[in-house]
Amino acid sequence: MPTTAPSPEPSAPSGQGGTSFADATASDSALRRFLHGLPGVDTVGLEARAASLGTRSIKTTAKAYAIDLAISMIDLTTLEGADTPGKVRALAAKAVNPDPTDRTTPRTAAVCVYPDMAATAAAALAGSGVKVASVATAFPAGRAALEVKLADVRDAVAAGADEIDMVIDRGAFLSGRYLKVHEEIVAVKAECGSARLKVIFETGELSTYDNIRRASWLGMLAGADFIKTSTGKVGTNATPANTLLMLEAVRDFREQTGVQIGVKPAGGIRTSKDAIKFLVLVNETAGEDWLDNHWFRFGASSLLNDLLMQRQKLSTGRYSGPDYVTVD
Amino acid sequence: MSDERRRVFKTYKLYVGGKFPRSESGRVYEVTDSKGKWLANAPQSSRKDARDAVVAARKAFGGWSGATAYNRGQVLYRVAEMLEGRREQFVREVADAEGLSKARAAALVDAAVDRWVWYAGWTDKIGQVVGGANPVAGPFFNLSTPEPTGVVTVLAPQDSSFLGLVSVVAPVIATGNTAVVIASADAPLPALSLGEVLATSDLPGGVVNILSGRTAELAAPLASHQDVNAIDLTGAAGDPALAKELEVAAADNLKRVLRPQAVDGADWSAEPGTRRLTAFLETKTVWHPTGALGASGSSY
Repeated sequence: MPTTAPSPEPSAPSGQGGTSFADATASDSALRRFLHGLPGVDTVGLEARAASLGTRSIKTTAKAYAIDLAISMIDLTTLEGADTPGKVRALAAKAVNPDPTDRTTPRTAAVCVYPDMAATAAAALAGSGVKVASVATAFPAGRAALEVKLADVRDAVAAGADEIDMVIDRGAFLSGRYLKVHEEIVAVKAECGSARLKVIFETGELSTYDNIRRASWLGMLAGADFIKTSTGKVGTNATPANTLLMLEAVRDFREQTGVQIGVKPAGGIRTSKDAIKFLVLVNETAGEDWLDNHWFRFGASSLLNDLLMQRQKLSTGRYSGPDYVTVD
Repeated sequence: MSDERRRVFKTYKLYVGGKFPRSESGRVYEVTDSKGKWLANAPQSSRKDARDAVVAARKAFGGWSGATAYNRGQVLYRVAEMLEGRREQFVREVADAEGLSKARAAALVDAAVDRWVWYAGWTDKIGQVVGGANPVAGPFFNLSTPEPTGVVTVLAPQDSSFLGLVSVVAPVIATGNTAVVIASADAPLPALSLGEVLATSDLPGGVVNILSGRTAELAAPLASHQDVNAIDLTGAAGDPALAKELEVAAADNLKRVLRPQAVDGADWSAEPGTRRLTAFLETKTVWHPTGALGASGSSY
């Protein structure tokens, strides 16, 4: 297993749980030196590790626990041009009460919508404990002026969003202007106030595992509360390998700074089997501390129905079908 | 150099979703001919294979039931054409499985191909026979049309490994249903070979899914499966206790059940009639106002 704790900058004061990376973000060149100084990713090893963790057999009571945990970790998402207030309210009702035939079903963690729907979602979820997450910063491409992005974030926070999902400027990242990406995240974080900030890297556009590792550290250094794989709008979304890589990053970051950061794979996770594989990755990589919806989330929409069908199978012994869950 | 060629054994596999997987469980069982001589190993499917087959059948249902009846007829006719080309193989397999002479087996295979053609002809005619305009006491058009029931689990007959199989599968898919077929437990080879024919006959993957294994083990989860709309218990004819148990399980989501009939056991070569075609159809009736009938008061 590639247990590659990135070595801090030689100049940075080292120490368990107290490392400061202030120097690393002092200038564009220092940041580039730091990010490019991170150990390279062993692609073959990473994918083999992710694949081998996917072969664990999780059955009976452990499966029931994993299904409930996965449901409680879902950011139930609708990010369509065709979203209506009615659809968002329906989704909110589903988040609060995923399976009306079984009230013991846990609630999802959050409902994730576009900023203009955040107020609708907040009204529908008031008092339920389910959070409102809103994408912002010109999601999904992130191609807008900083002022526009910040206004987007302000808007979402004012509408009652508890969590903001921002996208990084991939153009800047890929052309090596890391400090620009860093400053943007810092600026957005400042606008968030008490809302937690999830930073989306769009791993499918970063093209290499090395880039994903760099982006993870860049996001964490800039103050992200969560690092998130993707928008769900491109071909390649969350995969076990890139999520494993990000879990290693948050584990190493906490080891060195004492700050815990969440991880959110998003897009392409559709079956209970997939979700349970991700939970195994979390447990084996970051550890039990992350097995909580405060620190790990699934960005998904159809996943919930599959989890509910599996849950019904476990409780009744009969295979369930799509006629017994909502169509959303 | 030896004159004798090394024998090339065939690996029989399941047919699910247009693909040929082995059983998820990795199990196989020995299939023997009527005298107990080993023929081949067949996959012994598990309930998870059954579950996967239902998912495949459900996925295929929209396209197959939405295809025009004419198109379905053409596809089924194509199946008959492909069967004809594989005639020798099926004659051998049926002769081995049922302990018949070559001539008798050939007659059965011919009857099966003919039956397939016969059902292919029914696809665009059944609607006129069991549907139509109903006379009603009011200014309405009242029209009934038969629609496919959905995903149908078919327990293929245990005794007639090929003609019986065709006689229960063809009518189910002719009307637009999709099928999960449990092959005869002791004689599954003709059924598994039929999968190879279907895969090369323009039949969309998942319309017919063929599982081999122990009938009771596979039928139980399918009978209680919430996403299966109907079950044909023909293959449980010899086991009334199992048939009853399956019918009770099927009642949970109000599955349509076709009970094993006394006539099934007799002679599969008899004229089948439309019973099996209509068993898995639901009648949709629409009322449509005729609108103003004009001054003459004439009705349509």
